[in-house]
Amino acid sequence: MSQMNMIQAINSALDATMEKDPTVIILGEDVGYFGGVFRCTDGLQAKYGEHRVIDAPIAEGGIIGSAIGIGVNGLRPVAEIQFADYIYPGLDQIISELARLRYRSAGEFFSPVTIRTPCGGGIRGGQTHSQSPEALFTHLSGIKTVMPSSPYDAKGLLISAIESDDPVVFFEPKRIYNGPFDGDSNKPAVPWSTHPGGEVPDSYYSIPLGEAAIVQAGDELSIITYGTMVHVAQAAVRTMGVNAEIIDLRSLVPLDIETLKRSVNKTGRCLIAHEASKFCGFGAELAATVQEECFWHLEAPIERVAGWDTPYPHAFEWEYFPGQERVMAGIRNVMEAA
Amino acid sequence: MASKSRLHIPRPSARPGEVPDFSYLALSEPGAVARPACDTPASKIEHLAHEMVRVLDDDGVAQGEWQPGLSPEQLQDALRLMLLTRQFDDRMHRMQRQGKISFYMQSLGEEAISIGQGMALKSGDMLFPSYRNQGLFIQRGTQLVDLMSQCLSNTRDMCKGRQMPVMYHNKAGNLFSISGNLATQYPHAVGWAMASAIKGEDHIAAAWVGDGSTSEADFHYALTFAAVYHAPVILNVINNQWAISTFQGIAGGERRAFAARGLGLGIPGIRVDGNDLLAVHAVTQWAAQRAREGDGPTLIEHVTYRGGPHSTSDDPSRYRPKDEWQAFPLGDPVKRLKQHLINIGHWSDEQHAALDAEQKEIVIAAWKEAISFGTMTDGPRLDVAEMFDDVYVETPPSLIRQRQQLLALKGVKS
Repeated sequence: MSQMNMIQAINSALDATMEKDPTVIILGEDVGYFGGVFRCTDGLQAKYGEHRVIDAPIAEGGIIGSAIGIGVNGLRPVAEIQFADYIYPGLDQIISELARLRYRSAGEFFSPVTIRTPCGGGIRGGQTHSQSPEALFTHLSGIKTVMPSSPYDAKGLLISAIESDDPVVFFEPKRIYNGPFDGDSNKPAVPWSTHPGGEVPDSYYSIPLGEAAIVQAGDELSIITYGTMVHVAQAAVRTMGVNAEIIDLRSLVPLDIETLKRSVNKTGRCLIAHEASKFCGFGAELAATVQEECFWHLEAPIERVAGWDTPYPHAFEWEYFPGQERVMAGIRNVMEAA
Repeated sequence: MASKSRLHIPRPSARPGEVPDFSYLALSEPGAVARPACDTPASKIEHLAHEMVRVLDDDGVAQGEWQPGLSPEQLQDALRLMLLTRQFDDRMHRMQRQGKISFYMQSLGEEAISIGQGMALKSGDMLFPSYRNQGLFIQRGTQLVDLMSQCLSNTRDMCKGRQMPVMYHNKAGNLFSISGNLATQYPHAVGWAMASAIKGEDHIAAAWVGDGSTSEADFHYALTFAAVYHAPVILNVINNQWAISTFQGIAGGERRAFAARGLGLGIPGIRVDGNDLLAVHAVTQWAAQRAREGDGPTLIEHVTYRGGPHSTSDDPSRYRPKDEWQAFPLGDPVKRLKQHLINIGHWSDEQHAALDAEQKEIVIAAWKEAISFGTMTDGPRLDVAEMFDDVYVETPPSLIRQRQQLLALKGVKS
């Protein structure tokens, strides 16, 4: 067991799978000699060689397209897209090829690609280094979508993603790479060593995809969230002293509907929180699912807290980011409703 | 003062009602282009991208250093496969016209490319075809009844009814699943070849796109990755002059040959007479040897002509002269190979007619068998419950529930 931040935990997951399975290879921009702009692949090329940790040209469509071919030929590629904001040139390869290859060939061809990509705001990245595009991927059939909220989960989920024969888009909320962030940008940064999620086994372990975690049990309302917003929601709940159950989805597809259902049927109140903009965000699907599954148990309208429906702004980052105040306002709405 | 800049809109040399004009097509004399050693550095052979490797002359006589050394029996077999492909296409095109299948795409006039290249590659080499490479499937022994069943989306369909006609695959035959999105297979082939090199195997990959699809980003990604990693891959451009209604100039072919697209990256390019099976076979063998011996990728441009419509949904008489194919200076690949075999004393008109009739019978028999597995209107149908399979390795509960919903609506007990 070690203290790790999320970068070290991801590095440890990559190391563990590469050691266990010689077919695992990494490719992406700056991932090789340099070890990645966020250092997630640090030291791996030195350990596993240039044929297994490959610096790629700046061409996201080419990285994903060639990773598909590498996967079809029996290797297990982990492609890094340096920022989720840069993934769009590869969308046709993800949507039309990676997600559907198994289906269209009636199960005869598949490519077990994992795409790792840092997402989310809070780092003064403006519109091209702050986006949370997960809903573009959850809408696809044939691909899994994962977003951890702690180093421990990041390692266990990434190992499962790499070992899965289904393609996975693995989002890494970069604001919490170095420490849990509660949404208050005025406070000094807190390291992962202050948080139980920063305790990570050095050895191999995996967390199944499709199982949500109840990070805090409660019976007054259910807060369904994922990524950085798990920590923002925890802080808001602490401040308000409300007895909320906070569910960290961890994997958006497959979605752990049973855990949501059990919680909302118990509390009767539901707030959904994510960083991504609201309209057609993943929260819309969650709200519809909760409504379908829990309607007769609901005591209040389902509340959504999300980014505004604008591009991610640079100057007004903290007005855009759905921080504690917006979460608390949402909690009041859902608690005060009849 | 008026600006001197002008927007240039490329125009084809002839439109409907005009006289076909292929004077734009740069041709080399058959046999004129020398065959460099397979390991010649790319920088020394850039001229191959602008010239044209040709073996058969207008009289069907083989000329020059690129003669592939195929035996008469091999040439007869190539001719048989080309005739089989053409008969298959003809039947399937007509079956679409009769409403038996929803859609079809012929390879009329382009048969020498798939057959010649298929013959020049090894069975362990992985092929990433485009939608007009049915000859590759036929050359690698995919049963016609399987190709037909795919077009019929029937109970024998290899795709279980999930793809529109002609989007075949053949896992055992190392033929990748065809996509309707253009050029996406190009980076797949490069990745596959990279993996082959990583694993230390000597299998190579080959991929095909049309002249039109060279404009897609995937084409350029693939060339870059192939060049950077020296991937053992053959990248083929089938320049059949037409991308639906736009001629090859709209894809950027007016000033430079498509074969030259890789020169800036150090990828050798070869322009070849795509209607000359001997030349196609020879350049493929040359490129394959380069790839297998560590000399990296080759881009081959096959100059040919799309003899038929783009697809059954297309009417080329609206945008090109009706007799343009007849005026194409590189002729018909079937007639040219036939003439060559007659010249070397190993073929006759009678043998040719008999072989063609035999292929037609094979196609008719295969069609009879294929429709016994169901058509769009009659006979057995695929199990609709299978629509929900193969989205993921394991069908998730959400899809199981949707399957139950559908089956309940159809009154089927699950």
